Amino acid sequence: MAAPLLVMRGVKKSFLGVQALTDGNLEVQRGEIHAFCGSNGAGKSTLLGILMGFIAPDDGEILIDGRRVRFTDARQALDAGVAIVQQELSAIPHLTVAENIYLGAPPCRRGFVDFKRLNRQAEELLASLGFAIDPKAVMESLSVAAQQLVEIAKALSHRNANILIFDEPTSAIGEKDVERLFAALRSLAATGKGIIYVTHRLSEVFAIATAYTVFKDGARVACGRVCDIDRERLIELMIGGAMAGEYVKGNTPASAPLLDVKGLTRAPRFHDVDLMLHKGEILGIYGLVGSGRSELIETIYGLHRADGGSIAVAGKRLRGGGVPEAIAAGLAYVTEDRKDSGLVPCASVGSNLSLSILGRVQHWGIIRRKAEAAEITKAIGLMQIKTPGSDQLVRNLSGGNQQKVVLGRCILTDPKILLLDEPTRGVDVAAKKEIYRFMSDFAKQGGGIVMVSSDLEEVLAMSDRIMVLRHGEAGEAFARGEATSGKLMLAAA
Amino acid sequence: MRGSAWHIWGETSFRKFGIVAAFLALCVLISILCQLQVAAGEWSDNAFLTAANLLLILHQIAVNGILAVGMTFVIISGGIDLSVGSVLAFAGMVAASFATSAAGVTPWSGDYVIVVPLAAALLAGAACGAVNGWIIARFRIQAFVATLGMLLAARGFTMSLAEGNPISSLSDGLRWFGTGELLGVVPVPVVLFLAVFALAWIVLNRSIFGRYVYAVGGNEKSARTSGIKTARVKVLVYTLAGALAGLAGIILTAKTGSAQTGAGTSYELDAIAATVIGGTSLTGGVGRLSGTLFGALIIGVMNNGLDILGVESFYQLIIKGVIIVTAVIIDPSRKQAAI
Repeated sequence: MAAPLLVMRGVKKSFLGVQALTDGNLEVQRGEIHAFCGSNGAGKSTLLGILMGFIAPDDGEILIDGRRVRFTDARQALDAGVAIVQQELSAIPHLTVAENIYLGAPPCRRGFVDFKRLNRQAEELLASLGFAIDPKAVMESLSVAAQQLVEIAKALSHRNANILIFDEPTSAIGEKDVERLFAALRSLAATGKGIIYVTHRLSEVFAIATAYTVFKDGARVACGRVCDIDRERLIELMIGGAMAGEYVKGNTPASAPLLDVKGLTRAPRFHDVDLMLHKGEILGIYGLVGSGRSELIETIYGLHRADGGSIAVAGKRLRGGGVPEAIAAGLAYVTEDRKDSGLVPCASVGSNLSLSILGRVQHWGIIRRKAEAAEITKAIGLMQIKTPGSDQLVRNLSGGNQQKVVLGRCILTDPKILLLDEPTRGVDVAAKKEIYRFMSDFAKQGGGIVMVSSDLEEVLAMSDRIMVLRHGEAGEAFARGEATSGKLMLAAA
Repeated sequence: MRGSAWHIWGETSFRKFGIVAAFLALCVLISILCQLQVAAGEWSDNAFLTAANLLLILHQIAVNGILAVGMTFVIISGGIDLSVGSVLAFAGMVAASFATSAAGVTPWSGDYVIVVPLAAALLAGAACGAVNGWIIARFRIQAFVATLGMLLAARGFTMSLAEGNPISSLSDGLRWFGTGELLGVVPVPVVLFLAVFALAWIVLNRSIFGRYVYAVGGNEKSARTSGIKTARVKVLVYTLAGALAGLAGIILTAKTGSAQTGAGTSYELDAIAATVIGGTSLTGGVGRLSGTLFGALIIGVMNNGLDILGVESFYQLIIKGVIIVTAVIIDPSRKQAAI
């Protein structure tokens, strides 16, 4: 067998006393689509950071095509043929798509940027990938999905890139574009490139990957070919033991209406949407990015003013009082992007948790610290948040625990209804299950949940009813057991 | 990446005590330099390390300190206030224009006269601040731009009040706020500064409003999602800064004995300097009032010490610039979060 394209052997790294990588190993062959799996904190990001030149390893070696390499900055890694599509979108919002794709290396002519060639090359690249995006469009005018596609095109624009790393590339894009991405990946692999694919969506592993590596606690615990493994075994390797089922669902919906939305309109995002949620029910909302799902939820929660329609919680109509009125009525909202609008990253876990209920633990405007601490402890216990203390900065927590902090903040307000937007995005398989258990318990106790999700499996497994949103309008609705992935995708397109 | 408990302790300790260590180091340095002068026979005694001089330092930083307290709130909330110097002058002029009569009136005489100039000046400051806050919150204009406009407008108000002339011959009642002494030894401005600092500390660290200020500065969207009325927080924060500028204006006018149209020019820069040296981050969400206190003290000690040593004022400016930049460079909260 030919020498592997990439070998990372015995890589070690620690940050200020915390051992992030104890024995990092990774082998990628040419023409492979190599899934890189592991829970949050397993060391995947650290290993990839080292490969990309962002981080200097403490020990270990990296071989590309049999040659030893050492990167001290990102430029060297890029020159050596390693390109990455980051999980966090890092586009320059005020530049155009073409400018972003060729950022740092635009085609030049006598010392000036050759915009004609820039735009033409970008157009050709996007067309070859099948992405319908205007290269002259300004980045910030694009939807999150389109921005992610541009990010992907950017990685693929480096013609000499042999090792391509994709970190959760499908978190924001819809099914059709996922198909296009997979087609592009397959053709790239066929030309002999090596692709490292990091994802928490296990179905994608089995859809696209040919090989896998599992990391746990900073070291590789398994690797092999995808055709030789199944889903249960993969999960077992990731969490170090068998997991009896990925989902938890123990609630039964009642008939009492909890949330009654009629004719809700907010041009141009969505119009005339009816929505009914009953006690003890989990309503799943499925739709492509751009279908207006998040805007719908945000409007119900009071973050935006609706142009028309009504919202009633447990029979009482909301009167446009914004977020404070919604919280008082019993609504709670977990946003799609916790770093952007869910958490205060520079604040502690405790401060984040108590943010919505400070009014309850105060006396003449001064916070009663014992009472606040009690509420924080309650939330940490309820959500099983893993943190060394409530003073820990929330940005130091893993993705799953950060999501639990947001949920914890919501649950302290004693809500009747949870509005969840992509509740398990960027969360590993073990923490996902804890969140599903939390959702199931919440509904069992009579609460209602509206869950927006682009993860078909999640929607099908957790919802009692599914509503499809299509171009801002309510499409088909399905009862539990009626829907299949195919039907949902069809209804959403 | 999760930090170990030691790391967290180290980071917060450095943030808390680093500024104190820097301040003490500066004091020691200047004392040594002064002592060298004594040893060389140039001076008879160490002019820096006397109780009178240390009290003088506190007196000298009182005005800037009060401005910096308001500035700290504003910067933690994610904004900035360039107008405090002009608002200070405006409020001082307002106070003076109500207090030019009758010599011999003291605050203790039961005469209502002193209340009017005080209230008017504080209200003038608060009103300017409220306008700042409202424009920033309602029209979503950058704080830099909005307060820049107020910097110019307030200066204009100041000049219009006395048609461009200073107002002198102030009442004794007003002058007491700049030159009076409590218990015969502590200057009134120092008392006011420390009182403002103490109250502000309670508000920022123990009250709901303080927590909201940190949240709005840390991540405004998250704050809004959590149910915080972010617009209201912003208006209040700038109103507070304006009111404190008003108080500072009263004190400065009282100290100098007249309200000048050019008073307070560039004072906002010193207020920002004290805040930033003290560890408050210009991006918002992070900062401590205790840091601002020591930031103001560092500036005060530096000005005082270099004056005593006879260093020319342009060197003082250079050194001040270096200190500000150094303070930000070594600020631990600047460290990017690990992956």
